[in-house]
Amino acid sequence: MLSRKSQRAFVFLVCILAAFLLTFADSASRQAEHATLLAANGRLVEQLGLTDLCLFTEARYTRHPSQADLHSAFQDHPLGLEHFPSGSLLPPPRNLTASYENLDRKTTSAD
Amino acid sequence: MKTWIEKQQALIDFTLASLARRKLKNLGLLLVYTLIVFLLASVMLFTHALRHEAAQVLKNSPEVIVQRMVAGRHDLIPPGYLNRLGRIRGVQKKEGRLWGYYYDAVVKANYTFMVPTAGASAAGKVANGKIVIGAAVARERGLLPGNLISFRSYSGRLFSFAVAEVLPHSAELVSADLILLSEADYRAFFEIPAGHYTDIALSVANPQEVRNIAAKLAETLPDSRPILREEVLRTYESIFNWREGIVLVLLSGSIFAFAIFAWEKASGLSAEEKREIGILKAIGWETGDVLKMKFWEGALVSLTAFLLGYIAAYLHVFRFSSGLFEPVLKGWAVLYPRFELVPVVDGFQVATLFFFTVFPYTVATIVPIWRAAITDPDAVMRG
Repeated sequence: MLSRKSQRAFVFLVCILAAFLLTFADSASRQAEHATLLAANGRLVEQLGLTDLCLFTEARYTRHPSQADLHSAFQDHPLGLEHFPSGSLLPPPRNLTASYENLDRKTTSAD
Repeated sequence: MKTWIEKQQALIDFTLASLARRKLKNLGLLLVYTLIVFLLASVMLFTHALRHEAAQVLKNSPEVIVQRMVAGRHDLIPPGYLNRLGRIRGVQKKEGRLWGYYYDAVVKANYTFMVPTAGASAAGKVANGKIVIGAAVARERGLLPGNLISFRSYSGRLFSFAVAEVLPHSAELVSADLILLSEADYRAFFEIPAGHYTDIALSVANPQEVRNIAAKLAETLPDSRPILREEVLRTYESIFNWREGIVLVLLSGSIFAFAIFAWEKASGLSAEEKREIGILKAIGWETGDVLKMKFWEGALVSLTAFLLGYIAAYLHVFRFSSGLFEPVLKGWAVLYPRFELVPVVDGFQVATLFFFTVFPYTVATIVPIWRAAITDPDAVMRG
C-alpha cells in the first residue's frame, strides 16, 4: 500500500504532527486536573505568608531571592565571592538592579 | 492540482533516496538537530511553566514585607517597631513574622524554620513540642507523623520535637524545606526574646495605595526596607531568564556548534552533491526543480527534528519531572523539591522556537544550491 518513500514519509510526518498536537490537548486537560492543587498551594502560601518558591535551598539568597538584598551573596566575608552554583542560574531581583532616577542635573545648588 | 501533487511526490521520493545515499551523515545531522531542539524546548517549557506556577501561587503572598536593615544587613525587628507602623494610614493589618534558617549537620541540609502567622486557621497552628514538616525534610530524614526528632540549637542545647504532620507532596514547590513550629518553641530554639520579629507582613486595604504606603514607610522608618508583592512577582517573572547565567552559556556553546555544523553541511556543498546537481541539470531538470528538491530536503529534516525534539522535551518536562535538569538545579543543595509542573504551553513561544530552528536551516540549504543550480551544468560537474 505504501510503496513509495514519499507516502511513508508523509504518514510518519502526520503521526509526529498528531503527537505534537496531542501535547497541547494533554496540556489543556492536565491544567484542569492541576487547578485544585494549585489553589491548595495558593492557600498554603496565604496562610503561612510564604514569599518564595523552594527551588534552591543551598544559600539564603537562593532560597528566598525576593527577600535578599544585593550584598547577601557576598556577606560571608568582605572578599567572599558568591560561590553557590544556583547563584549563576538566578538573576538578582529586578527591583534591586533597576537604576535610580538621575537627580544630579536637577540640583540647583552647586556640589 | 493532481499533476502538481504528483510532481512534488516524485521530488520527495528523489530527495529521500538522495538522503538515504548519505544515510549516516544525515541521520547524525537529524539526531544533533533534534537534540538541540529538545534542549531549547525543554528550557523554554520548564521556565514558562515555573513562571506560571510562581505567579499563580505567589499572588497570595503578603502585600508588603518590612525588613529592618542594620549596617547593610537584614536585622531583627525590635519591640515597639510594630506600634510605630500602626500610625501609617491605609495599613489594614500588620503582623510580625518569625522565620529563619537552620543547618542540619546530620544530612548537611538547610531548613527554613517558620512560625505560622496568627492569621492561620486552627488547622494551621502548631502546638508546643510539635512540628509540621515539608515533604523533602520527611524524605531526607525518613520521618513519619508521630516520630521524634532532635535538633541542636545554635546555643548548643538539644531540642526534641514530635512530627505532627507532613505537608503534602503536591505542595513541595513552596514548602519542601519548611519546618513549622510554635512561637514559644521558635523563640526558645533561636533564643529570640519576646517582642522581636524577623520581619513584618502588612496587608493594605487598597491595592493602589501600596506604593504610597511603601514611600511613607521609608520616610517614617528610614532603616526599613519594604518589599512589595509586585516586586516578589517580578523577581519570579525574570527567573531563569534566558539572558541570564549559566543556562545561556551552556546552551549557546551547543547552539553555536550546531549552527556551524548545519551551515557547513548546508552551505558547503560536497563534490558529490555538486556533481548530482550538474547531472540533474544535464538531463533536463530546471533550476526551479533542483531548488524545490533541496527545499523538500531542508523542510523534511528540520520539520522532523523540530517535531521530535519538541515532543521529547514535552515528555521530559511534564511527564518525567525535568529529570535531566535536576543536577543543574540542585547545585550543592541537599534538599530538592520533587514537583510536577502544570503543563502550560505558550503557543507564541512554540512558534518562535519553530521559526528560529526550522527557518534558518531551510534557507541555509537552499541558498548555496541556488548558486550551484544557476551555473552551467558542465562547469558544475567539472567542479
